[in-house]
Amino acid sequence: MNMIQALNSALDVTMDRDPDVVSFGEDAGYFGGVFRVTANLQKKYGLDRSFDAPINEAAIVAMAIGMAAKGLKPVAEIQFADYIFPGLDQIVSELSRIRYRTAGQFTVPVTIRTPCGGGIRGGQTHSMSPEAFFTQIPGVQVVMPSNPYDAKGLLISAIESPDPVIFFEPKRLYNGPFEGHSGGALASWGKHPKGEVPEGHFTVPIGKAEVVREGKDVTIVAYGTLVLVAQAAAERAGVDAEVIDLKTLVPYDIETIARSVNKSGRCIVAQEAPRTSGFAAELAAQLQEECFYALEAPIQRVTGWDTPYPHAHEWSYFPGPERFINAMHAVLEA
Amino acid sequence: MAQDAPRFHVPAPHVRPGDTPDFSHFELQPAGEAKRPDTSVPGMETRDLALGLIGVLDHNHQAVGEWDPKLQPDVLREGLRHMVLTRVYDDRMLKLQRQGKMSFYMKSTGEEAVAVAGAMGLGKDEMVFPSYRQQGILFARGRDIVDMMCHCISNSRDNLKGRQLPVHYTWAEGNFFSISGNLATQFPQAVGYALGCRYKGDGQIAASWIGEGSTAEGDFHGALVLASTYKAPVILNVVNNQWAISTFHGIASGEAPTFAAKGLGYGLASLRVDGNDFLAVYAATQWAAERARKGHGATVIETFTYRADAHSTSDDPSGYRPKGENEKWPLGDPIARLKNHLIGLGEWDEDRHAALEKELNELVIASYKEAERYGTLHDGPLSPVESIFEDVYAEQDWRLRRQRQDLGV
Repeated sequence: MNMIQALNSALDVTMDRDPDVVSFGEDAGYFGGVFRVTANLQKKYGLDRSFDAPINEAAIVAMAIGMAAKGLKPVAEIQFADYIFPGLDQIVSELSRIRYRTAGQFTVPVTIRTPCGGGIRGGQTHSMSPEAFFTQIPGVQVVMPSNPYDAKGLLISAIESPDPVIFFEPKRLYNGPFEGHSGGALASWGKHPKGEVPEGHFTVPIGKAEVVREGKDVTIVAYGTLVLVAQAAAERAGVDAEVIDLKTLVPYDIETIARSVNKSGRCIVAQEAPRTSGFAAELAAQLQEECFYALEAPIQRVTGWDTPYPHAHEWSYFPGPERFINAMHAVLEA
Repeated sequence: MAQDAPRFHVPAPHVRPGDTPDFSHFELQPAGEAKRPDTSVPGMETRDLALGLIGVLDHNHQAVGEWDPKLQPDVLREGLRHMVLTRVYDDRMLKLQRQGKMSFYMKSTGEEAVAVAGAMGLGKDEMVFPSYRQQGILFARGRDIVDMMCHCISNSRDNLKGRQLPVHYTWAEGNFFSISGNLATQFPQAVGYALGCRYKGDGQIAASWIGEGSTAEGDFHGALVLASTYKAPVILNVVNNQWAISTFHGIASGEAPTFAAKGLGYGLASLRVDGNDFLAVYAATQWAAERARKGHGATVIETFTYRADAHSTSDDPSGYRPKGENEKWPLGDPIARLKNHLIGLGEWDEDRHAALEKELNELVIASYKEAERYGTLHDGPLSPVESIFEDVYAEQDWRLRRQRQDLGV
């Protein structure tokens, strides 16, 4: 399966098992979503379980909150992560805090799915990686898979979670793996081991990272599209790098990444988002607390620039393999 | 610039501090005049009701017209009791706040009918998403007063573990959702909840309340779009108490003739109701609830009332409106009007009213004494400190466990 099919399968499996699961969003009903993630769900499960929503992200999130308070398990699609901001108040002040401010009398287990990230010539309004904003909101979990297998398993975990999840889908990976080069033919998930996705129900746990490439000399912590870019960069540079796919940003798996950094003594943290106050900064701060005496070099960040996401110069913005290779040299030579 | 060029327009109220209170510019349809259509009426056909004013109690305190819900005297006395209790409670809590017993308080003086008649017209089984000035719903639904006070003084028995400002109640058992301090957020949530009810097919409906100032929020628009699109079984109440803290209603309404009229743009049934008329609020709520239950969709109800006291204990209205304005409110006081109606029916008298006030005053004083036994915000005991790390998620992750250790609890 590609990632779109895997996500669609996750929705299909959960809707089939639990009549309380409903899916909605802009163009997400009859048409099945602009990226086709919700394709055929309306046909299979009916209008009241997979439906189109008005173009109002705040109302979409609020509707999901109300439905969840009633006992449903809503999965709301925000068409692009760049469009999530009109819904931010409902996420920050409401969704995340209902369990807390009602002392558990009400809970709102909502999943918000949203395609994020660059590499698709989307310009500034279709390329953002706004995940760090959501890691500042106590009460929500933040997830970003990097392949079809994890996408399905994590989405099922998200829908079944008793707490809200912001589920970021790196859209550059929807149709195939991506190694960070702008040109060349599109790769296919068909030949990738993580493109093998079981048809039925399975879960990938929220809060667990995975070592996707073992190595001794440097640890690269990444999530989403950059997991694949980091792996490819390590191959190309011939560096014995350990690459960790974080998968969950909140709550992130400190144990797995600290274990690796304590072993390698060198670390690169990566994100597509602008550098300042990004999630990589949180990882770097926590890792220096955990691993300071094992570190042989300052932790390096590979990130987007502190600019809006450009259109024509996309490949000068996107943190591609060269930036990873430079960072690897920097930490190894330090 | 030409002298007759249009100027930047900022609306202002007719009167300000130092002026004589004046409501003569309000056009108020007399009680009994409004027609009561069938609850299946198309939303757009409620135009006259959105622009007029549904009233039942006339100047002689008699129930008149098609909207008279024809309630039994027992029901009227029950409503009166809840409203008097609401006022007595508010007055006592204000005093206690002034004595430093709680951090903050918000009264609902003058708006007791909005909450009490709304709650009674709706029934106890329906879900409510109130704003912070509908404590009358809790009294109408029979919530324990000691519990309410324990929340307001954030003590060890606060059912919200001290996490919310006073008056931001939650009472799941009484179908009372959590009150947010962020305005209007509950409006589209109520629609979502109502749609969940329809999805589950259990017949429950939902109602929400926001202030007229909050209709300027995007969430008001979002709620009405959702309610209209999905024909949600929900009642969307706009409590027009004329004042959003210091800002008069005109800053939110603009050129719109009424707040109810805003509902018409969405094709929703829209009613404007005398919010100080217990019978009118009851009848309008009953009408909207029947409409929702029968699948005819949502109703917007503007309850036209007056915030007779300050916005909160952090507000002083003498800085922005004339003193004594509340006494000049053309629609009177909701408690006095229902009381006089009952007296006119021969079902109540001044002695019984005085006895009721005395009884409820004593109840509130005794309740506070009991509540204080469970602690106060200043002197404790409070909920355990470690509870600040609970209920963030269903389970604590490593970050919260470590942070709890860092705090040493």
